[in-house]
Amino acid sequence: MKASWVAEEEKSKVLKMSGADMLMEALEKEGVDVLFGYPGGAVLPIYDALYKRNIKHILTRHEQGAIHAAQGFARVAGKPGVVIATSGPGATNLVTGIADAMIDSLPLVIFTGQVATSVIGTDAFQEADIVGITMPITKHNYQVRKVEELPRIIKEAFHLAQTGRPGPVLVDIPKDISTSIGSYKPSNEVDLPGYQPTTIPNLLQVKRLADAIAQAKKPVILAGAGVLFAKAEEEILALAEQHRIPVTNTLLGLGSFPSEHPLFLGMAGMHGTYAANTALHECDLLIGIGARFDDRLTGNLAHFAQKATVAHIDIDPAEIGKNVETLIPIVGCAKHTAAALLRESTTSGDTEEWVCQLAELKNSYPLWYKNEGDVLKPQRLLEIIHEETKGEAIVTTDVGQHQMWTAQYYGFSKPNRWVTSGGLGTMGFGFPAAIGAKIGKPELPVVAVTGDAGFQMTLQELSVLQEMKLPVVIVIVNNQSLGMVRQWQEIFYEERYSESLLPVQPDFVKLAAAYGIEAASVTTEEEARAKFAEALDSKGPFLLDCRVASDENVYPMIAPGKGIHQMIGVKP
Amino acid sequence: MRRIITATVLNRSGVLNRLTGLMTKRQFNIESITVGHSDDPSISKITIVVQVEDDRKLEQLLKQLHKQIDVLKVKDLTEMALVARELALIKVMTTPETRSEIKVIIEPFRASIIDVSLENVTIEVTGDNDKVEAIIELLRPYGIKEISRTGLTAMPRGTQKTVYNLNQFSII
Repeated sequence: MKASWVAEEEKSKVLKMSGADMLMEALEKEGVDVLFGYPGGAVLPIYDALYKRNIKHILTRHEQGAIHAAQGFARVAGKPGVVIATSGPGATNLVTGIADAMIDSLPLVIFTGQVATSVIGTDAFQEADIVGITMPITKHNYQVRKVEELPRIIKEAFHLAQTGRPGPVLVDIPKDISTSIGSYKPSNEVDLPGYQPTTIPNLLQVKRLADAIAQAKKPVILAGAGVLFAKAEEEILALAEQHRIPVTNTLLGLGSFPSEHPLFLGMAGMHGTYAANTALHECDLLIGIGARFDDRLTGNLAHFAQKATVAHIDIDPAEIGKNVETLIPIVGCAKHTAAALLRESTTSGDTEEWVCQLAELKNSYPLWYKNEGDVLKPQRLLEIIHEETKGEAIVTTDVGQHQMWTAQYYGFSKPNRWVTSGGLGTMGFGFPAAIGAKIGKPELPVVAVTGDAGFQMTLQELSVLQEMKLPVVIVIVNNQSLGMVRQWQEIFYEERYSESLLPVQPDFVKLAAAYGIEAASVTTEEEARAKFAEALDSKGPFLLDCRVASDENVYPMIAPGKGIHQMIGVKP
Repeated sequence: MRRIITATVLNRSGVLNRLTGLMTKRQFNIESITVGHSDDPSISKITIVVQVEDDRKLEQLLKQLHKQIDVLKVKDLTEMALVARELALIKVMTTPETRSEIKVIIEPFRASIIDVSLENVTIEVTGDNDKVEAIIELLRPYGIKEISRTGLTAMPRGTQKTVYNLNQFSII
């Protein structure tokens, strides 16, 4: 009797609501307080439900801007970026950002509208098979078929996006699902039998690595973005100091180890430091942590860490052994694994000679450029930005020369301040990402370093910046060319600058003015410093058009197909 | 090398597409693929016959398949004692003289004629690859009009020899 009464009461608690309202309920339950998006026909019911809610929505001026902003948010805020776009072109405009988030393992939950279930498959107005399109570039994706499934799917989507190796998850919601009424049962648990990421490492393998450390004379730690996702910076620092192991970073791993630390060798890879790349070439024990041995890091694999025992710590088992043969595979989260390693490894190898040797290389062959003449050197510009922000700012970039100079000269000492498009190398990423980063971490200064070409790919988001009065400093490293393309044409294509020079460009200062944004153009070091300081103090957005030397190249460099020891442009 | 891999997957829409898509993306050549649901209709079994270059590629394939959210289990059966079968339907041209000859040819294969018309017969044969290839070669001189093959489906045998080949065990 009592049981039936309880059941009756439970039943009355089940709320009836529309799919769009269920989405809002579920988002609030996940603690989502900001959405990045753009409305359209198929998401009208969702935007109508949003109208009544207290969730902030950032209306970017292009869907690509929305997803890059969400990426910037996810990178610095430590929670998933959430994106909404409509069906068809709205959804396909997200594709670049989704692919970017996939390859850089950024947690995103993306909601796309879809045409009504009754017309799916008929080439209806604004129909695109976004689930099919994004299958290879999402960690997982869903199309909602029944309104009652929504709470479960959203719960799963957030779980998948931010656990294990993070990544983008897309949920496609047909318009009739958003409008149809169903009973809302909040989903509290996930049931994903095919998804159980290993976070606790196998102790046997950890012990093997501890033994290898005890015997190693030339060990090196390669720390990637996995260290940042796992918040394992302290453990890695302790590990390096305890055993006197030099540390290098991947591009995306910058900030996971203090750049001013004596054991830090700088970034490794195609434009890495001579010391870091030599360490990877000469080492007898390579400990990769949360890094995926990308081709831009390793150079020609035949010359990469050939003398080393390779230990690879990664939460994604598929990354281990993918590119580099691994003797000590450890599947686990970087934090747990590094902590276990600290407990297990009590004996250090004799690394003093190695540490001295690398310190000597770091000293003799630092990053270098010739600061001469009146022209502003881009490297100097980045040093100025570092000095003025004391290395505390969040810095975002696109891809190319300005990205490499930022990686080389900004000097990141703190985690999650570095937002860049690493794996996909997306032009137009940095500026919208800076908007998302500022929203995610309003207390920190944010500098968007972009190229003059990349900035023109997503500059429409200046409207958002002005609308929200966000104090973001945009630094255009303006060399009037597609710098990295131009550099490769200079070095590898006998200076045939095919379609890489952009002498005709807008007056960026006037352009900013058109959006109501303060701006300045600078040509010398002194101007750059003065105006950047002014921009940093400004209460609102500021655009700085920095006219830098247009023929400057990024060095040192490993030419494509060459080994990590065959660097060109090392300081003589 | 040729590998026979089975994947136990959740029977959700698009799951086959996910697996074939990732194999295309990572340049694995699918020789055949069969799908059917298991005793539980929400769970399907996919048998993939695939050509891989070496052990490292194979390990990568197994891990990538396993990484899919809808995939519950991945197994490489190649080195195991297994039963593997495929079914083929073969339509062969006949004349009144050859009809009985064909009957005699297919008998040792335990194949059967499942359709007869004036000009041709359709033969059903089940077996491993070699057996199906053999019967096709024997029937070829009579004129094969059409062949339809299912691709391989496979299962480990109930009794396995003890294996010490550690390569089989992935670190997942």
